[in-house]
Amino acid sequence: MNLTDQEKNRYSRHISLKEVGLSGQEKLKAAKVLIIGAGGLGCPALQYLTAAGIGTIGIIDFDTVDETNLQRQILFTVNDIGTNKATAAKKRLIQLNPNVNFNVYTDKLTTKNALSLFNNYDVIVDGTDNFSTRYLINDASVITNKPLAYGAIYKFEGQVTVFNHNNGPSYRCLFPEPPKAGSVPNCSDIGVIGVLPGLIGTQQANEVLKLILEIGNPLSGKLLTYNALDNSSLTLNVPRSEEEIEKIKSDNFSFETMDYDFFCGLLKQEKMKEISIEDLKKWYEESKDFQVIDVRADWELPRINKENVVVIPLDELQNGIPKISKSKDVVVICQHGVRSKFAIEALEREYNFTNLIDLSEGAANWK
Amino acid sequence: MTLTIKYFGMTAEGSGKTEESVHSNYSSIAELKKDIINKHPKLEKINFKIAANQTIVNEDYLLSGDEEIALLPPFAGG
Repeated sequence: MNLTDQEKNRYSRHISLKEVGLSGQEKLKAAKVLIIGAGGLGCPALQYLTAAGIGTIGIIDFDTVDETNLQRQILFTVNDIGTNKATAAKKRLIQLNPNVNFNVYTDKLTTKNALSLFNNYDVIVDGTDNFSTRYLINDASVITNKPLAYGAIYKFEGQVTVFNHNNGPSYRCLFPEPPKAGSVPNCSDIGVIGVLPGLIGTQQANEVLKLILEIGNPLSGKLLTYNALDNSSLTLNVPRSEEEIEKIKSDNFSFETMDYDFFCGLLKQEKMKEISIEDLKKWYEESKDFQVIDVRADWELPRINKENVVVIPLDELQNGIPKISKSKDVVVICQHGVRSKFAIEALEREYNFTNLIDLSEGAANWK
Repeated sequence: MTLTIKYFGMTAEGSGKTEESVHSNYSSIAELKKDIINKHPKLEKINFKIAANQTIVNEDYLLSGDEEIALLPPFAGG
């Protein structure tokens, strides 16, 4: 795809590199990259890929910008709070590089839309924050045969790799089975140092550029781990498992009817009792006799300032057991409904509680 | 044999260490894993893969001695 004179000037620092040159910059212009999740990883990846002159960038995110995102999701401003992330990202990025053609998708990525969406792109970037979407993205990449620039973070540590590239391994070759639901918390539950997704998301963008330019050695079959606390890094070889790849490619694997939430244990056959904020408010209005256990740290806002609330942070749960009623209805709350489920599972399993109810949406929207 | 074990993410929190050396004669990764979990019971409920000399291996992998071991859990965050 030919560059205009303005583009030749704009990308001159790329074009000067013999590894890129005019032909490399033309490859970038012809390329189509889909970024899934415009969050901590997606924001820096989007910025660098936009600046680099990728011709077409797809952004898919159904979530809205929240004030707590601004600590690390650097595309957004206070004016974007409450608006869709993919839309807000495009608004900012088009100012950075009007030559790029942006496709914004505000729907959730599902088994129904993933394959047709992936087929329109050359490279996929995983910037999501949960296992069910990560397995969905991996499987759709295997089926549509698209390379996947993968990044994931935990507190101060990150992982980067490229899956499904040139007969390399897939995510399932590394982790065939998802972890137990609620056993691995995400950033909104345990925190993350703001710069970390910036580093890891930028590395994902670097992998995308190498894949398109066909230069260097992409991290295919190699998983890079990085620790921001001590700057240590380790690269691990990830062998390809034909068995895992064949499972996804086989005719028996029905992607479009696959339930990834169920696969990742998010939906249980014996469902946890749940309550909404609306119904919880009704219980207060009716002066119902019940107890609330808040498993968040005492600084997390908003608080529910009622007399029946007992604060037992999740890491002190064992010491707080005597404070939890075994006779009344007990609503367990946290910020987003992840830690509360974890607490309920542990209390039911280890201490035989049967009166626990999950505030499934979390207390974040309590007013 | 002396094995260096590196812990990542939740396995580092569960063991309270980022690295340790163990002296013992393990034949396989499965045997080593069992012993690590005995020593650090919190790891029992944590998902992780094991690398020997920087390569992810299965539990039937036979240890030759003096390997560098890494415990790698999956991360969800983004």
